[in-house]
Amino acid sequence: MGLRVTGVSVARGGVPLLDGVSFALEPGRALVLRGPNGCGKTTLLRVVAGLQPALAGEIDCAPDAIAYAAHADGIKATLSVAENLGFWAAIYGTSGAVAALSRMNLRALAARPAQNLSAGQKRRLGLARLLVTGRPIWVLDEPTVSLDTESVALFADVVRAHLAQGGMALMATHIDLGLPEATLLDLRPNKARLPEPGAGGFDEAFL
Amino acid sequence: MASIWEYANPLKFMRTTDWLLPVVALAAVIVTATGLIWGFFFTPDDFRQGATVKIVFLHVPAAMMAINAWVMMLVASLVWLIRRHHVSALAAKAAAPVGLIMTLIGLITGAVWGQPMWGTWWAWDPRLTSFLILFLFYLGYLALWAAIDDPDTGADLTAVLCLVGTVFAVLSRYAAIFWNQGLHQGASLSVAPGTRMDWAYKAPLYVSMTGFGLIFLALVLAGTRTEIRARRMKALVARERMA
Amino acid sequence: MIALLTRDLRLALRAGGGFGLGLAFFLILAVLVPLGVGPETQTLARIAPGILWVGALLACLLSLDRIFALDFEDGSLDLLATAPVPLEAVVSIKALAHWITTGLPLVLVSPVLGLLLFLPGESYGWLIVSLLVGTPALSVIGTFGAALTVGLKRGGLLLSLLVLPMYVPTLVFGAEVVSRGAQGLSIGTPLALLAGITAGAVALLPFASALVLRINLR
Repeated sequence: MGLRVTGVSVARGGVPLLDGVSFALEPGRALVLRGPNGCGKTTLLRVVAGLQPALAGEIDCAPDAIAYAAHADGIKATLSVAENLGFWAAIYGTSGAVAALSRMNLRALAARPAQNLSAGQKRRLGLARLLVTGRPIWVLDEPTVSLDTESVALFADVVRAHLAQGGMALMATHIDLGLPEATLLDLRPNKARLPEPGAGGFDEAFL
Repeated sequence: MASIWEYANPLKFMRTTDWLLPVVALAAVIVTATGLIWGFFFTPDDFRQGATVKIVFLHVPAAMMAINAWVMMLVASLVWLIRRHHVSALAAKAAAPVGLIMTLIGLITGAVWGQPMWGTWWAWDPRLTSFLILFLFYLGYLALWAAIDDPDTGADLTAVLCLVGTVFAVLSRYAAIFWNQGLHQGASLSVAPGTRMDWAYKAPLYVSMTGFGLIFLALVLAGTRTEIRARRMKALVARERMA
Repeated sequence: MIALLTRDLRLALRAGGGFGLGLAFFLILAVLVPLGVGPETQTLARIAPGILWVGALLACLLSLDRIFALDFEDGSLDLLATAPVPLEAVVSIKALAHWITTGLPLVLVSPVLGLLLFLPGESYGWLIVSLLVGTPALSVIGTFGAALTVGLKRGGLLLSLLVLPMYVPTLVFGAEVVSRGAQGLSIGTPLALLAGITAGAVALLPFASALVLRINLR
């Protein structure tokens, strides 16, 4: 079962951002969200991840299918790389921490405290967390920030392998990942329009 | 079709209070003035407490409204959490400063009354102590509102704080009773037979209490209107920014 | 769940985790009070139960804002909220970790500080029992306050203003147990009430904490 988003509207801080967003994600497919800064990509991803309610519309997907990765990686500076990843593996009840480390090229750094990692290495550690969740739908917000070209290629490989196993990926990103099979969704046509004054909504005095 | 929830519509609320607020405000002034003037100048002096007792006409209504204001905030918070009516959340926000001031009036008039009666401005008596704690709860509630930018988040968080705070305020009340049995006299008004207060006092006291109730209502209506306009303004600014 | 507990404990114990600050504060308070009040055994013995309880309360308060603030800043809280662990459980575990790193050490050192304040001999047992029963409530109530203020910039001071009034019942009954114990009176009622508040807070407040945390994350 995939992810189906129908007519979803989202708001940030009470201001509507996107209106009537619809898309479907089938197993093995990736979808890249495009749109200018501040258009509501992050908010839409948070809504899909279930952190925030949608103003309207429906999101259908199997329960506990989504793994979410935000701008911040949730890395504890005083824990080692292996400890950081091991924690998330334990939370998700999976055992793939070691494999995930080698997959993201972090094997040599396993014992190093996370505060001594470079920005790109931290990002790779954050993405390694996705591998240990064991969840089919990856919801990624700007996954390639601070990655070098080589790491971007590595990341694209990891996503491709995930898709090949029937996984799905929903991403907001500005750069070309080298994933030609990914569908692009431009959010500009979905920019929310405010209701006309006097339209008669119940709380219309507020918007 | 005359459901009370209609008044939770901001527009309907504004239209109704356009004429209701002046009426309530005028009634509040007349009734309170009647109660206080009657109480201060047309009641006999107490044989034991002399004229000092007349501060009761300020003290008791203020103390009553201090508690009622919190109860009203509790109800309004529940309405917001369950039915998501913005006006309800804003009314709770508008009631808090009024309740805070009422608590302060209760504490100050109590101190002024207590000085000649008990020979002290302050005593760690359960009633006084729980009022001081209620004052702290009001402060915390207002501080939380003031600290949050997003109006809906603020409404949600303060509503939950109000619910949880109510439980702890009641617990504190019983803890204070347990802690010190106290020298405050029993409740000034009591529905039980054999009340200690003569009708010559009771009648103006009831008038004064009604007056304070009306003052509270007028201030809350005015405060809610201000809050609705402030939100409207915020919404218009946001609309401007989007266009 | 156990992974979360061990992670939080490990973070508290490593450099910059702030473990021990509460204890040090508790100790300083027990040193400052006699300096302010005077060294008379009688006076100190009389106020010792109250001072020790107020000290425990303030020491608890010190570390409250760390419960969620760090996880909120580095994004862990968002990730935990989408993880297959109910947020109510996360909140409870966080409160437990706070109690283990703050409340429990306070209980353990309190007899030493009782010695400094000439606490009457017969009430040492009740001091430990009352703190043991009461401090979990302090952690749970504090977790609620921390969840309320997690997204705020100047949250620390506001947190104290919100949490301290809610500490009143625990403080009253806790200190009452010790001072009654010192006077050789029966302590059954205040101890039962103290335990009741702790049980009620531990059972119900995590739901409120998880609710406000969800609101704050949205």
